[in-house]
Amino acid sequence: MVSVCFYFQVHQPYRMKRYSIFDIGKHTNYFDDDKNREILNKVSRKCYLPANDLILDLIHKTDGKFKVSYSLTGVVLDQFEEYNPKVLESFQRLVDTGCVELLEETYYHSLAKLYSEKEFREQVRLHKKKMKDLFGYKPRVFRNTELVYNNRIAYLAEKMGYEGIIAEGADHILGWRSPNFLYKAKMAENMKLLLKNYRLSDDIAFRFSEKGWEGWPLTADKFATWINAVNGNGNIINLFMDYETFGEHQWEDTGIFNFMRHLPDEILKNPDNDFKTPSEVIDSYEPVDEVDMRDIVSWADVERDLSAWLSNSMQTTSISKLYELEDKVKKSRDKNLLADWRKLQTTDHFYYMCTKWFNDGDVHKYFNAYDRPHDSFIAFTNVLTDLKMRLNKAPIYC
Amino acid sequence: MFGWEFPPFNSGGLGVACQGLTRGLARQGTEILFVLPKIYGTLEGDYMQILSAEKYDKENKEKKRIRFKIVDSILKPYLTSPAYIRERSRIDQSTHKIQIPDASEDLYGSDLFSEIKRYSIHAKNIALLEDFDIIHCHDWLTFPAGITAKKIAELRGLNTPLITHIHATEFDRTAGHPNQYIYDIEREGMHLADYVITVSEYTKNIIIKHYGIDPEKIYIVHNAIDFEESRISEQFKIKDHHKIVLFLGRMTIQKGPDHFLRIAKRISEIDDSVRFVMVGSGDMSNQIIEESANLGIGDKVLFSDFLNGEDVDRAYRMADVYVMSSISEPFGITPLEAMKNSTPVVISKQSGVSEILKNCLIVDFWDVDLMTTKILSILHNPEFRNHLSEEGLKEVKLLNWDRSANKCVELYKKVLMRC
Repeated sequence: MVSVCFYFQVHQPYRMKRYSIFDIGKHTNYFDDDKNREILNKVSRKCYLPANDLILDLIHKTDGKFKVSYSLTGVVLDQFEEYNPKVLESFQRLVDTGCVELLEETYYHSLAKLYSEKEFREQVRLHKKKMKDLFGYKPRVFRNTELVYNNRIAYLAEKMGYEGIIAEGADHILGWRSPNFLYKAKMAENMKLLLKNYRLSDDIAFRFSEKGWEGWPLTADKFATWINAVNGNGNIINLFMDYETFGEHQWEDTGIFNFMRHLPDEILKNPDNDFKTPSEVIDSYEPVDEVDMRDIVSWADVERDLSAWLSNSMQTTSISKLYELEDKVKKSRDKNLLADWRKLQTTDHFYYMCTKWFNDGDVHKYFNAYDRPHDSFIAFTNVLTDLKMRLNKAPIYC
Repeated sequence: MFGWEFPPFNSGGLGVACQGLTRGLARQGTEILFVLPKIYGTLEGDYMQILSAEKYDKENKEKKRIRFKIVDSILKPYLTSPAYIRERSRIDQSTHKIQIPDASEDLYGSDLFSEIKRYSIHAKNIALLEDFDIIHCHDWLTFPAGITAKKIAELRGLNTPLITHIHATEFDRTAGHPNQYIYDIEREGMHLADYVITVSEYTKNIIIKHYGIDPEKIYIVHNAIDFEESRISEQFKIKDHHKIVLFLGRMTIQKGPDHFLRIAKRISEIDDSVRFVMVGSGDMSNQIIEESANLGIGDKVLFSDFLNGEDVDRAYRMADVYVMSSISEPFGITPLEAMKNSTPVVISKQSGVSEILKNCLIVDFWDVDLMTTKILSILHNPEFRNHLSEEGLKEVKLLNWDRSANKCVELYKKVLMRC
């Protein structure tokens, strides 16, 4: 028996303006509303709407045998509500089928866990409330931002009531073990750990349109044979990827939608295969082993560590100076201040400042809202200066 | 006069100095033909640009006395040869108006050095067709053109004096590691010249020491500033929270942005509320930005790209102190711009401007401790600050270009009598 478990990440940050030295003290419109609306609408047109239609269609066609899960950040949901409510409605329709699971995460797609566990818990709670408000849904499985994971995070998530957690199936952690089984997290009582099969996931997410790749062109039946090959030495295949893979990272003309349209049928041709959501995986299988991850692992770049966001001093300075303000921001009881401070925690801001221009750097460059990493650092520092000035003027409640 | 940049299409102080000097000279009744490399567009487009350059002064008298001659070229004073090639391809891509043929077509050079040559070939045509009494060249890129013009004049039977005006030497720009080729052009230009003008005593000493120029033929004409009452009355809210120390200049080794950062670090250790604004771009930009974060003052140093026009004045006005940390500054006009905006200045002793300024603090660029002390003495002492601000403003009003132009005319007269 092999269960294919899809999880798609849906996220868009609030990108900053090029906030200059002359803007400091003048206005607090840190975020580029026009650009954010434009990008959200573009990605909705190219990816979210057509992909949601396709998934809904596949669920109906397979009589609910096809199942997927999503993790939607609070900030992308806010932007759907503000800029394009149709997208939100289409996600709601998907959830209503009962074949779609939603995962919990930090509302602001942040690395709060690394800097403030208090803030981390608050953001998870905010996300939980958002899931309830928009979808009437209570997630059982937790995924931390960028799949940043270690034992401690599993422990915290378990204490907050989650039964499962998602992480990268990084080779240097797994060693000889396979990501194609359910594991238990070390330190936690009974926290189940689902590990991403990064080879098969990246075949779709990154290599799909790569003509130099031996697997190109990737067809649904070819991919199904790779899935079938796991039969007998694994029981889950976790395909975790950005939802924007469909239509945005891999453009429509690469055939990505067509691939997906045929994939469920091809996989279901083998009666030993099925689709499961993370919760169903937890309910169906027993952990085969305990995985000990002391060091932080993430799903980014070849290093699978924090270096995409925290490798140079521009990044570390910006983020640590930001979290230094937590106490003051919260004591000000100023909702706008708090919201701005939290929007600045979104990992994308630090990703833009990344200077490792090697293999992964190309990807960084593609996703960078600024010309240079240094420009985004400059804008961030200016915004932070303004934010601190607002804080100094704000009353302090204890 | 051979120049290579002129406001508003200037990337640094040279264009400003040329504008100031030519304005002053025009007021003294000197007729100037200003030859200028151009950057953008076709010839028609350039007439527009010329016009906008001319528009700087509405007095007809001045307008008539300066004429511009434009040579198709993308020379910029601060380009290195590889940077020139990049710039050329950028222009190739960005404007369809101008097509720069390959070097093989022999019209345009493929790098900075052949471009200089091309500029001097154009100079030949101008020298053949125009009448002039003196050839006055501004900095090394124009020297071959000036020398050519002198030779052409000789062919026409005229002994036209050549004056090479040194605004900066290769030693200043490279912090003592000159490019031999550029050095050779500079040296040849100065040796062939009848007179050499330097913008300071400081520069005079450099060209005596490093270029072996006879002190007798060196003439000092300090730069100046034409005072205009600033129209900016903006209140900067950031000043309610922070004292601001300003760096403004190209981010290159000559301007000492790294020294400025070290000073910023030291000041931050003493007064955590001070913020440092660094305005300008250059080949050290990224390095300096990263270094500010490395030093742990990433949240205290605020950067801005190169600013234009009124924004420059706004930056000065936002600041409580302007620091010129240059490691070698032939003159250094920015302290005058700061004083014009009532901003006190602390300047490097390794500069020409420090020879003439009174109401400012002068420190060796490398003396981080003393720089720190002086800057803090201004920040923490409002009376001292106001004194420097008020007296500086008075002083700068007197340092106008008429003074410098007078000196220049004096030299012209002297040269013409000899030739």
